Amino acid sequence: MVLTEMTSAGDEETGPFMNVHVTVNGAPRSATVETRTLLVHFLRENLSLTGTHIGCDTTNCGACTILLDGKAVKSCTILAVQADGRELRTVEGLETDGKLHPIQEGFIEEHGLQCGFCTPGMMMCSVALLQKNPHPTEEQIRRAISGNLCRCTGYVNIVKAIQHAANKMAGPSGGGRP
Amino acid sequence: MTVHGGVGQSIKRKEDARFVRGKGNYVDDVKLPGMLYLDIVRSPYAHARIRSINIEKALKVPGVLAVIRGKDLEAANLAWMPTLMSDKQMVLPVERVMYQSQEVAAVVADSRYAAADGVVAVEVDYEPLPVVVDPMKALEPGAPILRPDRKEQTNRIWHWEVGDREGTDKALKESDVVVKENLYIPRIHVSSIETCGCVASFDAMGKLTVWMTTQAPHAIRTVFALVAGLPEQKIRIISPDIGGGFGGKVPVYPGYVLAVVAALKTGHPVKWIEDRSENIQADSFARDYHISAEIGATRDGKLTALRVKTIADHGYTDAAANPSKFPAGLFHIVTGSYPFEKAHVEVDGVYTNKPPGGIAYRCSFRVTEAAFTIERIVDSLARKLGMDPAEFRMKNFIPPEAFPFKSALGWEYDSGNYQGALRKAMDIVDYDALRKEQAEKRKRGELMGIGISSFTEIVGAGPSHTFDILGLKMFDSCEIRIHPTGKAIARFGTKSQGQGHETTYAQILAEELGISSEDIAIEEGDTDTAPYGLGTYASRSTPTAGAAASIAARKIRDKAQKIAAHLLEVSPDDLEWKDHKFQVKGVPDKAKTMAEIAFAAYTNHPPGMEAGLEAVDYYDPPNLTYPFGSYICVVDIDKETGEVKIRRFVAVDDCGTIINPMIVEGQIHGGLTMGLAPALLEEIHYDENGNMLGGSFMDYLLPTAVETPKWETAKTTTPSPHHPIGAKGVGESATVGAPAAIVNAVVDALAHLGVTHIDIPITPWKVWKILHEKRAA
Repeated sequence: MVLTEMTSAGDEETGPFMNVHVTVNGAPRSATVETRTLLVHFLRENLSLTGTHIGCDTTNCGACTILLDGKAVKSCTILAVQADGRELRTVEGLETDGKLHPIQEGFIEEHGLQCGFCTPGMMMCSVALLQKNPHPTEEQIRRAISGNLCRCTGYVNIVKAIQHAANKMAGPSGGGRP
Repeated sequence: MTVHGGVGQSIKRKEDARFVRGKGNYVDDVKLPGMLYLDIVRSPYAHARIRSINIEKALKVPGVLAVIRGKDLEAANLAWMPTLMSDKQMVLPVERVMYQSQEVAAVVADSRYAAADGVVAVEVDYEPLPVVVDPMKALEPGAPILRPDRKEQTNRIWHWEVGDREGTDKALKESDVVVKENLYIPRIHVSSIETCGCVASFDAMGKLTVWMTTQAPHAIRTVFALVAGLPEQKIRIISPDIGGGFGGKVPVYPGYVLAVVAALKTGHPVKWIEDRSENIQADSFARDYHISAEIGATRDGKLTALRVKTIADHGYTDAAANPSKFPAGLFHIVTGSYPFEKAHVEVDGVYTNKPPGGIAYRCSFRVTEAAFTIERIVDSLARKLGMDPAEFRMKNFIPPEAFPFKSALGWEYDSGNYQGALRKAMDIVDYDALRKEQAEKRKRGELMGIGISSFTEIVGAGPSHTFDILGLKMFDSCEIRIHPTGKAIARFGTKSQGQGHETTYAQILAEELGISSEDIAIEEGDTDTAPYGLGTYASRSTPTAGAAASIAARKIRDKAQKIAAHLLEVSPDDLEWKDHKFQVKGVPDKAKTMAEIAFAAYTNHPPGMEAGLEAVDYYDPPNLTYPFGSYICVVDIDKETGEVKIRRFVAVDDCGTIINPMIVEGQIHGGLTMGLAPALLEEIHYDENGNMLGGSFMDYLLPTAVETPKWETAKTTTPSPHHPIGAKGVGESATVGAPAAIVNAVVDALAHLGVTHIDIPITPWKVWKILHEKRAA
């Protein structure tokens, strides 16, 4: 097959580069990246945490939502270097000691997911909501997840999943776990 | 005695365990050593001649390894590729670009970012050409011929018609009342939250593996073999976890082919993942039907005839994903839930300077267009006759005793009880009370509307005598292996994109084999291991592969019966399959479970019989299935803002036998939301220069949790008489049925102002304008 001439990669360095140190799901991690690297690419490609997804390029869909110092952020709209020295929590950090987080249980029990692509971002957004507001109304839940798009479920069961988690976290067995 | 996880149980989904942990394996999660990245240069013009493409600067960008142009592909005879509808489309253009955002060149680099840098550095010199955006103008004499490569020098791709033209004309002429509506169903985009992409890799033996966002991996393998001339055993298509499909992952997009070419050229694995904006601007579209419908009735409200004419905007190529014999898909289900004696449908496919259209948006080949047309115009007719729309439907429905029913346009509906579904929806919503409330509110000047949609679907394509794609018959398959310890694995030719096949297929097999669904592993999507099948779209998985599961399981039962007879030292005829095991008739204590039989199949099988316990079935459905439902939508309209608020939406669905009620309800919730979307929010616009207005999630408005109401669902159950377990398929019913219910409700709220139709999406602006024109605000 005749194709165009190839060039050799890496003749010149791109850059500039910076070493980024973060705490992810309780563990220290670091990598050297181009300063323009988005946090979501840093997580997925440098740290191999592929549970955080990319669903758009305009900060609308929320599939990349993670917690940055406890706050829900869209990791496609933050540079990795801005996260330097800070604490991140991703979907991979929800389960602890082999026990699912109440929000994970809620999504399974209430059938709050179908294709699973929006699910990590949706759950991280929900965890942030429940930290701020442990007993949200349905209206408050719907407002809180309005920056996270789901194309499969129609949201009814996602709302129920979040209510399930809220009840579980408030109840005696839930122990108010964050 | 029930088996754990059998048919009808709301068991939790198996696939959730990995998804809630972030351990799904989607295409963009695939990472191979030495992998390169491909990004695409796209056209800013909707129609232009390419004077030159200068790649010198791009090749100097750090990290860039190669740039691929149309002329490079032309040398390998790969610049064009066939569509599923016997048309052709460009992989990369050699002479002209035909729509905005069309692929123009591909850049391969050692990182995503470097590839994007390279895209910016490619210099393309364009000479703009006249743009054809409006399909009506495309058909006018003197319009620029968009596809001079075709023998027929016209922008009309095809003309297709079905039904009795003269009989319909006559019946309409003789009808006491005739209503005509022009309905535009705009271009919309499926926008699954995962975009499209692939990773292509050749091994040292020249075998190509492509991890790919595809709903139909087996057909893709054959297409790759035929188009690229690769031996089919040296192609492996893996469709890993798919983040939603809805029809958008059926076509072969240029990016997939470019990644394969780039992998061949560079000797490295190549990943291509499109951005959302690329996905919305360039991937195939749905709908774009300009419909003119006329319906007739007698004075006392009995339907007589239906005539439908449609102009279908296909963009620059007919890349629709339809069965080959049906250029307008199954649009001729447009007679819906009514026993018309005469009907005629004609559709003209037209080229314009837009991306390819004609794929489904969570619907079975144009069924939404059909259901919307009939349910919209039936409402208009009832209004003209002064009849209540519910009463009018009840009077005209195909009665339950008329099934199997042959429609005026040739379909044989398998089963139905349309009155039952509508009656149930009316009871749940308390229809009579709502009508009273509406009358009172209207006196006070408040705007409230009630809309009904009693749709009939047609899914499960399809019987091999009529249904094929590129000649491949539309069967689907299941292969089961039962292991010595009584556990099993089953593989299918379909591919879940969120429907929950790993759970529901296991439930069918659990019911048929007496093995807990937890002990049955389900696999799909790897062409090296799964049996051949045509994939998952058009609600076909349960009607085809689900049926194959039952039949393959029954083949296993046939053999198991002989083994059980051997073990129990009786004749096979003395045994019956009861309580999920084989027992000696009348002696329940003398029985063998499937686990005991499976062990014997490998350790103590009867003399003269082959060892093992396996079966495969390629299921050719005898007919399609016809799910149906009745939806009632109640809206309140804000007179100040024109905003439509859905107060209640009751959906009564009948999809025959239900395998997992929890999953069926979830499918209906999702389908309703994708019915709401085009009714109130989504539309892709083009300006007169062919610029797409709204090519990102900033402007293309998917429903969020705030706009989406709390759906209310209910069911009736009318099994399909020809499906092995009576199931019909359900993934798309709600998307098909919902839009008409919503529009009918809005029109109902405004009918006293003389409104008979509003084109979708019904935005607050459209309603506000109407209210001001009618001086009602």
